[in-house]
Amino acid sequence: MSELSGLQAMWLREIKVFTRERSRIVSSIFTPILWLFVFGGGLGSSIAIKGLSYQTFIYPGIVCMSILFTSVFFGVYIVWDRKIDFLKEVLVAPLSRTTIFLGKVLGGTTDSLVQTTIVLMLGPVFGIGYSIHILAKAYLVILVLAIGLVSVGLIIGSFMESPEGFGMIVSFVVFPLFFLSGALFPTDNLPGWLSPLVLIDPVSYGVDALRGTLIGVSRFSYLYNISILLLFSMSMVFIGTRAFSRMKI
Amino acid sequence: MLSTLIKPTGGTATVNGYDIIKEPSKVRGSIGVVFQDPSSDDMLTGYENLKLHAMMFGVPRGEWEERIEHALGLVDLKDRAHDMVKRYSGGMRRRLELARGLLHRPKVLFLDEPTLGLDPNTRESIWGYIEDLVRKEEVTVIITTHYMDEADRLCDRIAIIDLGRIVVMDTPQRLKRAVGGDIVRLKTRKEIKLDFDYIKKIEKTDHEVCLTVENAGEHLQEILSHIGAVESVEVRSPTLNDVFLHYTGREFREGSWDEPAEGGYIQRIIRQRARR
Repeated sequence: MSELSGLQAMWLREIKVFTRERSRIVSSIFTPILWLFVFGGGLGSSIAIKGLSYQTFIYPGIVCMSILFTSVFFGVYIVWDRKIDFLKEVLVAPLSRTTIFLGKVLGGTTDSLVQTTIVLMLGPVFGIGYSIHILAKAYLVILVLAIGLVSVGLIIGSFMESPEGFGMIVSFVVFPLFFLSGALFPTDNLPGWLSPLVLIDPVSYGVDALRGTLIGVSRFSYLYNISILLLFSMSMVFIGTRAFSRMKI
Repeated sequence: MLSTLIKPTGGTATVNGYDIIKEPSKVRGSIGVVFQDPSSDDMLTGYENLKLHAMMFGVPRGEWEERIEHALGLVDLKDRAHDMVKRYSGGMRRRLELARGLLHRPKVLFLDEPTLGLDPNTRESIWGYIEDLVRKEEVTVIITTHYMDEADRLCDRIAIIDLGRIVVMDTPQRLKRAVGGDIVRLKTRKEIKLDFDYIKKIEKTDHEVCLTVENAGEHLQEILSHIGAVESVEVRSPTLNDVFLHYTGREFREGSWDEPAEGGYIQRIIRQRARR
């Protein structure tokens, strides 16, 4: 019971802080818009991929990018908690480290879902039609991917002392994941030696699943993609709980 | 270690009857901790911080409001309960965290340097709150501090820790008695030889002599007439500073009345900091 209300407390705190930091929401929505309209519009005017306009083609990729960036960067808040000593207050509570980790994951995933929802609302501009069925499938992908990526961020954060250091390390993780995921171009355009890297990039499966769901173009089946994503997320959550129980103040 | 945030390298301890290694969760449930550095979330209001704490520490849902109200009343923060913590002053924040530490009715409350870096007024009021809560709540309070006056005022028992070991633990009164008498400080450049039974200890520095004298009031006349004229005399009953010096062989230099402006002083302070 106390673990459950602890979980709720951690989650509630993230939501409260999130809604109070308006700049966070604005900036996280601004970036995808920039990509879609400026990059997509500028480069895309001359390109069409698989019979689709370039902007439409990268739209699911940009949704994934938004999940990727918000989720992994969420890990910085565990570093901040350590810095402002709030972490001590949490660690001294009679809660298991697993609960603390899950509470954080829940908070980060919620942030991600809110921001992704806003990006999803732009869909119709790029000729994407939604139905309950499509949305349900899309949100399953978003949810599973976000849980995994938030965990990645938190795992990195649990080892880092300073927010600056976290930023450095995370850039090394996030950008390869982004560029190799095929968010901006079909991955079969990449040189062959890169394709194993594409296959081990979990974000690739998110992009592929969303592309299949939203615009009907995909490499693998939805079921295949979502299974791999589930496997990824579950392993990350598992590693995360271990990382948190080893974490020191 | 007692708050289970750090694992001991050897041995163990019990808090409220629970082993800190085998039952850390139960230990954490029995204690409250007020950290030296502020550890509340400044993006939340005081009330929200307390509510989160109640949730995390398993306070029954029906009692949240009542206990938060009570705790806020104890530290006079009811008026500011719904302001964000970032708009609080340092003293208010410390008070909020004091209230927070009490919210789940711990058996043992740890206060880590509760008045570090606060102005004298705020210190005085924090002390008042601590005395108050010991009177009103059933709680054992453990304070760590560098301020001897704080320890003297608040504590029933004092343990002096030097280089990681408890060198002595007793009531303030008994500790002071153990020093052996009153402190007499003479400022003089003369060479002094004193040989009386009632002088327990003589320490000389450049132009200052520090004596530990039994019943100084009675014997001062005799000492002074033996020495002759001196530049100044200071007599006082022993404080915890003297106790500390007595047991550790060092002294907090802050209160010293003749401080040479050279490297020695700074080095001492730095060493003291480093030792923390």
